Amino acid sequence: MPRSILNTAVLTSVLALTIGSQAVAQTYFRGSDGDPETLDQHKTSTVVEANLLRDMFEGLVVYDASANVVPGVAADWEVSLDGLSYTFNLRDDAKWSNGDPVVAGDFVYSLQRIMNPETGAKYANILYPIKNALAINSGEAEPETLGVVALDDHTLQVNLEQPTPFFLELLTHQTGLPVHPGTVEEFGADFVQPQNHVSNGAYTLEEFSLGDKIVLNKNPEFHSADSVSIETVEFLPFEDRATCVRRWEAGEVHSCSDLPAEDINRLKEDYGDNVRIAPYLGTYYYSVNTTREPFDDPRVRQAMSMVIDREFLAEEIFTGTMVPAESFVPPGIGNYVEDSPRFDWADMSMLDREDAAIALMEEAGYGPDTPLTVEISYNTSENHRNAATAIADMWSILGIETTYNVRDASAHYAMLRDEKDFDVARAGWIGDYSDPQNFLFLVESDNDGFNYPAYQNPEYDALMDKAAAETDLDARAEILAEAERMFLADTPQIPLLYYSSRSMVSDDLHGWEDNIQNVHATRFLSIAE
Amino acid sequence: MTDMTEVSAGMVPEVKSRSLWQTALIRLRKNVAAMLSIFVLGFLGLCGIFGPMIAPHDYAEVYPAYVKVPASISAYPRADDVIPEAQSALRRARLDLELVEMNGEVLTVIGTSERGVDERVTRYLDRSDLFTNARVVEVSDDGNRIEMQADVDRLYFLFGTDANGRDLFSRVLISLRVSLGIGLLAAGVALVIGVLYGATAGFLGGRTDNMMMRVVDVLYSLPFIFFVILLVVFFGRNVVLMFIAVGCVEWLDMARIVRGQTLSLRRREFVQAAEALGVGSGAILKRHIIPNTLGTVIIYMTLLIPKVILLESFLSFLGLGVQEPLTSLGVLISEGAKNMQNAPDMLIFPALTLTILLFALNFLGDGLRDALDPKDR
Amino acid sequence: MLSYAIRRLLGAIPTLFFIITAAFFMMRLAPGGPFDQERALEATVMANLNATFGLDEPLWKQYVIYLGNLVRGDMGPSFVYRDLKVHQILAIGLPVSIKLGGMALALAMLVGSALGSIAALRQNSAVDYGVIAVATFGITIPNFVVAPVLLLVFALYFDIFPAGGLNGWQSYVLPVIALSLPQIAVVARLIRGAMIEALRSDHVRTARAYGLPTRMIVIKHALRAACLPAISYMGPAAAALLTGSIVVEQIFGIPGIGRYFVQGALNRDYTLVMGTVIVVALFVVIFNLIVDLLYALLDPRVRYD
Repeated sequence: MPRSILNTAVLTSVLALTIGSQAVAQTYFRGSDGDPETLDQHKTSTVVEANLLRDMFEGLVVYDASANVVPGVAADWEVSLDGLSYTFNLRDDAKWSNGDPVVAGDFVYSLQRIMNPETGAKYANILYPIKNALAINSGEAEPETLGVVALDDHTLQVNLEQPTPFFLELLTHQTGLPVHPGTVEEFGADFVQPQNHVSNGAYTLEEFSLGDKIVLNKNPEFHSADSVSIETVEFLPFEDRATCVRRWEAGEVHSCSDLPAEDINRLKEDYGDNVRIAPYLGTYYYSVNTTREPFDDPRVRQAMSMVIDREFLAEEIFTGTMVPAESFVPPGIGNYVEDSPRFDWADMSMLDREDAAIALMEEAGYGPDTPLTVEISYNTSENHRNAATAIADMWSILGIETTYNVRDASAHYAMLRDEKDFDVARAGWIGDYSDPQNFLFLVESDNDGFNYPAYQNPEYDALMDKAAAETDLDARAEILAEAERMFLADTPQIPLLYYSSRSMVSDDLHGWEDNIQNVHATRFLSIAE
Repeated sequence: MTDMTEVSAGMVPEVKSRSLWQTALIRLRKNVAAMLSIFVLGFLGLCGIFGPMIAPHDYAEVYPAYVKVPASISAYPRADDVIPEAQSALRRARLDLELVEMNGEVLTVIGTSERGVDERVTRYLDRSDLFTNARVVEVSDDGNRIEMQADVDRLYFLFGTDANGRDLFSRVLISLRVSLGIGLLAAGVALVIGVLYGATAGFLGGRTDNMMMRVVDVLYSLPFIFFVILLVVFFGRNVVLMFIAVGCVEWLDMARIVRGQTLSLRRREFVQAAEALGVGSGAILKRHIIPNTLGTVIIYMTLLIPKVILLESFLSFLGLGVQEPLTSLGVLISEGAKNMQNAPDMLIFPALTLTILLFALNFLGDGLRDALDPKDR
Repeated sequence: MLSYAIRRLLGAIPTLFFIITAAFFMMRLAPGGPFDQERALEATVMANLNATFGLDEPLWKQYVIYLGNLVRGDMGPSFVYRDLKVHQILAIGLPVSIKLGGMALALAMLVGSALGSIAALRQNSAVDYGVIAVATFGITIPNFVVAPVLLLVFALYFDIFPAGGLNGWQSYVLPVIALSLPQIAVVARLIRGAMIEALRSDHVRTARAYGLPTRMIVIKHALRAACLPAISYMGPAAAALLTGSIVVEQIFGIPGIGRYFVQGALNRDYTLVMGTVIVVALFVVIFNLIVDLLYALLDPRVRYD
């Protein structure tokens, strides 16, 4: 293909431009979704940061190229019978990039730091299952009381509040990555600056230029440095997905971490397998305000959900980059039942669904003579507007007249959390760890920040509590499935689509395996010469 | 001075002479580009006002079967698409299709099902945008075989359709109405505030003038885009309020221009004469100053309207433009820009419309300037 | 003239104070806060964040604290980019924006006045109409359309320039063109109008009568007078150009400060927005001053003593 020859030529010239006379061609130009808000693993919250931090640091456990949980700094571990205590044996050869050994005390320091309210950690709650974590983060206990103990330099014990079968999964999140205590003590918040930075992963921080690039170099002290092929990674932030795609087409980047939905068909046609669309652990949904008439009536919510042709949304509005949803918890999630719950009517034809929905609405007192007006609130971005337009058209069958209310993201989410001044509102959730609890907990009654629909169902809460106390994974999965069935019957949120991850990957980049977590640590990748 | 006639109209018998406006009109008539612009603007204005009423499709009507189809002067569906579309529409009906064929404008389908056929299946055809009037011709006695017919619905999409399958031609028409509307609205608000403020400052002069212009200077340094974005955050729901607000920000230039004009008018004999005769300040402003600044003001209006329309398109680029189901040229263009490689029609037609509109406004502005400013040309 | 400049700059202090105050309170009145994003935050976490950034204090107190820090030259930490102080963020982006904007400004002035002069000299000829048409075209197409088209043509189809980023001089070409196109258009129109008038003025007619060559008349006499409206237009325009453009930065992937304006406002990154507002306001003040001083240089009738 002449195009690829052209690409290579351009690529080499770009390489020559960026790294000057150095003859090394092993720089991976990696497009990412934007700038990281922080490189401090305790303040982090975004996917961009996760990718960067996973390259620079190694936690107790890590994701391999296919997103399986595998040993990281911990060589192995034991779990106590009651599921409340994890003992990790750390590998002897783990080192920081300044040569210091990685010891159990580093993890104690790190986990205490993230729970310290003064750190202002955005994702501290991920690690609340650790004993005393919530109390510390709320300022009610001292950081030293955290249930994390260094038994010796190479043995770390973590005690939990209650059995948490997905605890190892939690540790793969970037919040579980260690900091180098000496550097943090010396430089404070500035430990993230390249000149001060000490890391224990496959790469070290070389340069951070906001809006321009972040350069990582291979860490020679890394225990598996021999297996790391790529010498240098440049993370390039792209606010505009189309910009990344153009640079990919020009051969200036090896991969893009997101693609513009409206351009997918062309890209697939032109580049075939370079376009990677893989299932992702996320759901796109509409929250329904359950405190407001008539949306407090489950029949109305159910009817509104039934008439939505999700295939049209997925195929036409999102051009095949999303998957029609049949449940709230996305498929492929860990720790769940084989035959996970679906809408009762998932197999019904659109016509039958429409008839059933019209009947439900009539029962609830709405029909052609008593039309219902619904306002869809959504935030300004992506395809939300087109999706809302299409859904409004589908709802017209129920005699629903739709109005729209667009806000910018901050105003939208503040409104969802606090004033709840909406009928139906768009939202989305990407799982932080592969466990159904991470989706179903959203609508627990007391989950203030997340329960957009203000769903109050004591039975549901009781099920979630029961699941939390259950140590047997299969039994727990059954309880969670029961909770999801209750969720689907009640429909406090209308699940619409499952997210897919979408990437462009150059032929030269090897080792990129599509996986549900969409993690692609650079240490597992290589570039063809 | 032509103005003199106006001023002394009450005391001196009127002198028959061409007014400033008459001469301007004559000059304007000679300007081909400006006259053409007036026609184009009139045409676009009529399109905006009446277009949506007579458009072939409602601008909000969604045709799920026709997402992003290219512009065409011949009707959809294409002959090759009818049969596959019928098959796919009936896929959900769970029928074994024995026959799907077209005779002229009529589609005939024969389907069987071992579990018996449901007569409601015609709805699948009706639901598709391609067919209307689907009817059951015959159901076999055992109820397992159905023959139905449907008419093919011919639809025209002159400019193609958008990402939701809405007719772009109708959307361009409504967007013309919206874009012109917000342009006029914001420019009108700016005009009223700017003229009043500028004329007052210029007329009163001295310290008041200094103070008032100082305020304008301060407001000038307020970063405009920041201001507008906040306005959108506050008034995002209401397009009218939002562009009234934009007008409230855009009046600064107008105030400066009008003030300058007023200052020079003040020194003119006819104003001094009126003052000497004891005419009140308000009356002088209303009767003499403001009418004489109108020329400049109109020229400025023709430049301000494009500015507001472009500002709205910038907001659309940020995703903050006019809301559904309404649309504006800016919204259409920013959506089109995202689709320029896969559905170029979505960009070309709205962009062309905007270009023509702004061209006409600019040439009209130039023409007016030449016509009203006798020094030039 | 120097004392005039100093007086003007001192006079700008209350203006800046007003702008800072207005921007501060307007920003805070906007619904939502810096931590309301797609990813909802847990209630305890939110409380900690608010405490960390002092958002739990009453608004007036936050204002006083902010002003106090500002007087000491501290614009505070960014709410979103938490590893950086606002002044660091501006220090990274501003030079890039100034460089790019400066080139666009120079290009706009050069090409704009050349086109405008040519059109004025051949008034009502085909050349004139051509220039006007092209100039008008430059104003009517939004730059978020022009920029991707430039990239598709010159970076992907012809493969002459890189498709984004800032590496080497080649990567400046397209963004500078995209930035300057609308300005070229405006300048050309302004210069043309003013030049036509200047060519009719007495001193140019005198010069012609003396038989001076046209080129000299145009450059020495007419252009000098014709520049004035363009310069007064370019004052605020230059301030806007040099402080970056979100459209061009986003589409070309350029690390300037233009985008912080919009993103900062949309993310409710209070301190970052305040920082950019201050920078822009300063630029406006400075360029207005420069315009006035240039006027004095070019137009002998204007004096500041």
